[in-house]
Amino acid sequence: MPATSPIAVAMSGGVDSSTVAALLVQQGERVVGLTLQLWDQTRLAGRHGIPDAPGSPTTGLRRWGGDAPKAGRCCSLDDVYDARRVARHLGIPYYVVNQEARFERDVVRPFVEEYLAGRTPIPCSLCNNHLKFDQLLQTARSIGAARIATGHYAVNEFDPARNRWILKRPADRAKDQTYFLFGLTQEQLAHTLFPLGNLTKPAVREAARERGLTLAEKPDSQEICFIPGGDYKQFLTAYLEEQGRAIPDSAGELVTPSGKVLGRHNGITAFTVGQRKGLSVSSPTPLYVLQIDPVSHRVTVGAGEELATRTLRANRLNWISIPALTAPIRVQVKIRHRHEPAWATLEPDPDPAAPADRILATFDIPQRAVTPGQSAVFYQNDEVVGGGWIV
Amino acid sequence: MRRVYMDANATTPLLPEVVEAMRPFWIDHFGNASSIHLDGQRARAAVDHARETLAAFFHCREAEVVFNSGGTEGDNTAIFGLLRPGDHLVTTAIEHAAVLQPAQRIAERGIEVTFVPPLPSGLVAPQAIRGALRPHTRLLSVILANNETGVLQPVEEIGAIAREAGAYFHIDAVQGAGKVPIDVRRYGCHLLSISAHKLHGPKGVGALYVRRGTPLDPLMVGGSHERRRRAGTENVPGIVGLATAIEIAQHSLEDGAMQRLAVLRDRLEAGLLQIPGSGLNGASITGEPVPRVANTTNLWFDHVEGEALVIALDLKGVAVSGGSACHSGATEPSHVLMAMGLSKNRAQSSLRFSLLKAATEADVDYVLQVVPEAVERLRQISPVATAAPG
Repeated sequence: MPATSPIAVAMSGGVDSSTVAALLVQQGERVVGLTLQLWDQTRLAGRHGIPDAPGSPTTGLRRWGGDAPKAGRCCSLDDVYDARRVARHLGIPYYVVNQEARFERDVVRPFVEEYLAGRTPIPCSLCNNHLKFDQLLQTARSIGAARIATGHYAVNEFDPARNRWILKRPADRAKDQTYFLFGLTQEQLAHTLFPLGNLTKPAVREAARERGLTLAEKPDSQEICFIPGGDYKQFLTAYLEEQGRAIPDSAGELVTPSGKVLGRHNGITAFTVGQRKGLSVSSPTPLYVLQIDPVSHRVTVGAGEELATRTLRANRLNWISIPALTAPIRVQVKIRHRHEPAWATLEPDPDPAAPADRILATFDIPQRAVTPGQSAVFYQNDEVVGGGWIV
Repeated sequence: MRRVYMDANATTPLLPEVVEAMRPFWIDHFGNASSIHLDGQRARAAVDHARETLAAFFHCREAEVVFNSGGTEGDNTAIFGLLRPGDHLVTTAIEHAAVLQPAQRIAERGIEVTFVPPLPSGLVAPQAIRGALRPHTRLLSVILANNETGVLQPVEEIGAIAREAGAYFHIDAVQGAGKVPIDVRRYGCHLLSISAHKLHGPKGVGALYVRRGTPLDPLMVGGSHERRRRAGTENVPGIVGLATAIEIAQHSLEDGAMQRLAVLRDRLEAGLLQIPGSGLNGASITGEPVPRVANTTNLWFDHVEGEALVIALDLKGVAVSGGSACHSGATEPSHVLMAMGLSKNRAQSSLRFSLLKAATEADVDYVLQVVPEAVERLRQISPVATAAPG
């Protein structure tokens, strides 16, 4: 590619990616804006109380800063409108690339099936690992751009000594998104820019204001993009109904670790490991979900201390700072987005029956609510060593 | 950067003559055509004059011309205005969404609808239309020139079938008007819709031919405009622009502009077909050409995602379309190409080139330089080769 090869910026219509586009334009880069259209927010509207799409006659045009209803954030028409307006403001070409079919296949359906199997899936990592970066790079290359840039808070740099691209935690620890990026390949890291890695969120908003971006005050999106209200079960019911299916009956027993039956529940999809509320059994001490058995539909509950486990196994691994795990190493392990990484020894699973692609992490201090379906990401200082999916 | 616009079926630029003709009606002759005073009379005179032009263009009476907001309104009016529960509508699977979606909507309201599929050439066989008729068939609605393939439908034969069946006949002539002569008497139709912006007129204005005696309910009510067939203050500058564009289109049809355009289109098509792994969509039955408008060609390029190619070409200064512009951003492959029997992959690897009347040899040269490069690059990085077959 010539030196003037443009950079494709993934624009979501939010302040972060808009600022990335503005910063790159200011640096004199040729920038092309791309929005991946991943989910039609109007698709399930009206089913089982799913909110109507923003901009629909019932909600009116959503604008931030007011008390407007908080409907779909990713891929809503308003967000595309916002991204397009930023592109116009910056004078850059901008395109919406429709990837709804792929998103449904690679993210939504696996999410639904995982949930039905009693696990707690994490669609953002699924999307980053299997769709977003792959598709953005592919689209970028098809239009002659060698690199992409996103608004993720992460640092990405090449280490000649190790001859590897290294992913590191960003300056703004509160916005750290490396947990969701553990699946990036060396090839993807080599062609991706994270221009916000050394900035704090307030600095990004300030940069947006300075560059006249009217969405500088737009609130951050918090929820999963295709589940606007954050109500998983409602989404599940509506999606399955659209597919002519229903949530399978997974009612079963609530039991103690020793097997004593405490009562019954209406379905395992209502539970997540570590959950305390909504167990519908009375107990003198607080009870937590310890385990969900998708086959027997048995949900095991117990005291908080029983929730803590010393070990964790994960598969479907991706390594970033090391080429492979061959011997035990010391790492800090993060087991969910808001978890403070905990010290552990990481090694290939010594269980002779274990598949090759599985690791065992043994925590120094037992950790609460190790949840199958979530990802485990391994850190050494600020560097992401790699990660995988908790089994 | 050089820009070559080859998306004339999406829309066209206004001709300078059209702008000039419209100019007085924005500020100087701003009157409401329904007003009694001189200002109103000036506007009325302009609308009357435009109606004469349209009547000559359609080959109908002036009273049979209804001005409206464009092709979508004309198509919607024909479908919603003529059909009642218990009726039957025969249309085709290759209509524009402005016919398809009203047809789908009335189908939910107790009106039977039959969508007749085309042949692989993109042509709808008249005998297939005849085979779809029922005793209670009230309306036939057929596109004159398909917007994606440019294939001209045998509307005269279909008109004869409608006459035999005692059914009304609507033609969506939005893409055909300006590219082939229009003659409602020859077609034997009762309704025919056109849009100004497809033939170098302004956006937001069009006309519907309504044969005298056709019991059409208006879509818009609230005034006696257009003989109570379309309420709303007349868009006088727009109507003047439409009529001027029609006059020019008529002249250029008579001057052989389409023959010249067909030569250019054929050279473009032949050049693009030199790209390995490409082919023409429709337009011929085992080598036997079917009639097409002169400006359109639709081709597939294997292992290329049409959407990505549209973007890549845009960044090289070439404007084309992957389907119809109304569908851009939609996941679904073109319903027209799918109805013609293309696989989903092939439909999604298809591109439409539609030339403006002003297209030049140099434009074609530039496109023939840029497209092969873009196709080649996309194939090098393409995942379509690894995508699920379909």
